[in-house]
Amino acid sequence: MSAAEERAAPVAYISPRRRSRRIANALRGEAAQGLLLVSPTFLYALVLLAAPLALVLLLSFWTQNYLEIDRTFTLANYREAWTDPLYRLLMLRSLAISGIVTVLTVILAFPIAYFVAFHVKRNRALWLFLITIPFWTSYLLRVFLWKVILGYNGVLNSALIWLGLIEEPLTFILYDVNAVILTLTHAWAPFAILPIYVALSRIDRSLLEAAEDLGDGPLRRFFRVTLPLAMPGVLAAALIVFIPTVGDYVTPRLVGGSDGLMIANIIQVQFGKANDAPLGAALSVSSMAIVAAISLMLLLVGRRIGGASR
Amino acid sequence: MNAPLIALDRVEKRFGAFTALHGVSAEIREGEFFSLLGPSGCGKTTLLRCIAGFEQPTGGEIRIDGGSMEGVPANRRPTNMVFQSYAIFPHLDVAQNVGYGLRRLGLKREEAARRVEEALAMVDLAGYGARPSGKLSGGQRQRVALARALVMRPRVLLLDEPLSALDKKLREQMQAELRRLQRAVGITFILVTHDQEEALIMSDRIAVMFDGRIAQVADSETLYRRPVSRRVAAFIGVMNFLEARVSAASGSGIEAEIEGLGRVALRAEQAPGGAAGALSAGVRPELLSLLWPGESAERTAEGVVEDVVYYGYMTDFAVRLDGMARPLTVSMRNAAGRRAPAKGERVRVGWSTESVVLLA
Repeated sequence: MSAAEERAAPVAYISPRRRSRRIANALRGEAAQGLLLVSPTFLYALVLLAAPLALVLLLSFWTQNYLEIDRTFTLANYREAWTDPLYRLLMLRSLAISGIVTVLTVILAFPIAYFVAFHVKRNRALWLFLITIPFWTSYLLRVFLWKVILGYNGVLNSALIWLGLIEEPLTFILYDVNAVILTLTHAWAPFAILPIYVALSRIDRSLLEAAEDLGDGPLRRFFRVTLPLAMPGVLAAALIVFIPTVGDYVTPRLVGGSDGLMIANIIQVQFGKANDAPLGAALSVSSMAIVAAISLMLLLVGRRIGGASR
Repeated sequence: MNAPLIALDRVEKRFGAFTALHGVSAEIREGEFFSLLGPSGCGKTTLLRCIAGFEQPTGGEIRIDGGSMEGVPANRRPTNMVFQSYAIFPHLDVAQNVGYGLRRLGLKREEAARRVEEALAMVDLAGYGARPSGKLSGGQRQRVALARALVMRPRVLLLDEPLSALDKKLREQMQAELRRLQRAVGITFILVTHDQEEALIMSDRIAVMFDGRIAQVADSETLYRRPVSRRVAAFIGVMNFLEARVSAASGSGIEAEIEGLGRVALRAEQAPGGAAGALSAGVRPELLSLLWPGESAERTAEGVVEDVVYYGYMTDFAVRLDGMARPLTVSMRNAAGRRAPAKGERVRVGWSTESVVLLA
């Protein structure tokens, strides 16, 4: 039992007869209850998130000597991570793929969210429920599915050949960057739809009527009122998609071929086959820092566009 | 009299099986302050939204300046609206809100800025341009909404219950200000309200609506003094209703037997809805008076005070006239040197035949 729980327990189970004492302790009691409530999550985060992160950070300053680790402080791993052209290429490619996936996902998600928010009058919950259906199967299965669809003898190629549109199977659709982008975009679409839907459905309809009343046609109205007010949702969607896709390694591994490899794949190699955990750690920390910096920038830019007066 | 600016010609609006407007016809004149008054659900807001272009009538026609509005979207109509919720754009500051519609007119930047400043000054918000819209009070938001519509110099300004969200003091102040503003700019105003007092104070003419139909269109005084039906009379102010029986009616006059008041000879205009179906007579409480010994009136009746309600500047007496089952309300201004009769006292009630209106 944590210190917080020990302090909280007697207050939480106080009998009604001791109400007055309880009121006297209310402030302390509420704070303690709050701690009690967050403590499982907090412990979980501490053990499974903060501790491993700290370990990775430490590891990145050490050196691998075949079987044991040399624990003298060094920046050599970072030097290698930031200067080796291979890592730079993979990092830039990861950012480019995630960037494209993010843009595509948001662009594809927006009309769906817009439709549900503005044109579905009944059964809105059902629509949202249907949108989440792809999540009922595992992520891995969905990636394999794309392999089946996009493969050399896959569904798409067979169909196109059968239709007589092509004679030889297309090869640029599997085991390269395009396949990674396609698969990730499909996998993350629902994550983007929901925050945009929430932002859109919160817009007061009279604001849209006011814009129309003041002379705006549908297109102008969209760009002057709807989009700026949906900006927080669009931004949330972008971050939700961008942050995890940069570090994705399952999709590039399965459908990316060698042209589609991303930074996470090389990190995995460092921790595994290459047996250089410190270099892998340095690469991880570096890519985390880069993603964090880009996300912060996105947030700041979005805040300037979306909420000047809020 | 000015030419009609807006013609409503048997405007009908159905939502599925529900009919919100049953063929409403009316004419609204240039420069007029016109109110649509009625209880909630009577169709007044639907009618306003049809004029604005947010709803399409399912029948009939709306003409503005002689031109049919059929198929004309809201953004191409010479109307502007002040919304009940004000609909201030939260992502724009005050000046951007007010200048929102000007961008489409292709004005020069300085000209647009000048017109925004002018409009803000008109609603007493000069210098508020850079204020973020989230930091405005309810009254200020209302003024911004008003300025945003007025800056467009519309042919018609539509106001959808613009004052209902304000507290009483502020509402009264804004009523006077809206009236002043309307006179100053000369734009036709159409106001939707459920507050009969607000309509009476502000309007040149009022259309009273019930159940998707206009019951009466008249100026404030006519509406108050000569309502065409019992329903209108009950909705506007307070009215005493007495059973009545028409014994003789001719082109020049009507003779009626009224409960508690006796036989009365009335002029034809005192039955604005027609004498034929008249079943009750109405008398406003303030047109009845309690008489002191020595005072006289055109007609008198006697009764007993059953209740007294004191309002400060006036007092309501519930007086049961001899031969009546229910009491009447008599409103008296509290004047110096007059003792108010107490509960149970016998009093004389003075009235004049002119104050009586016959209703269906």
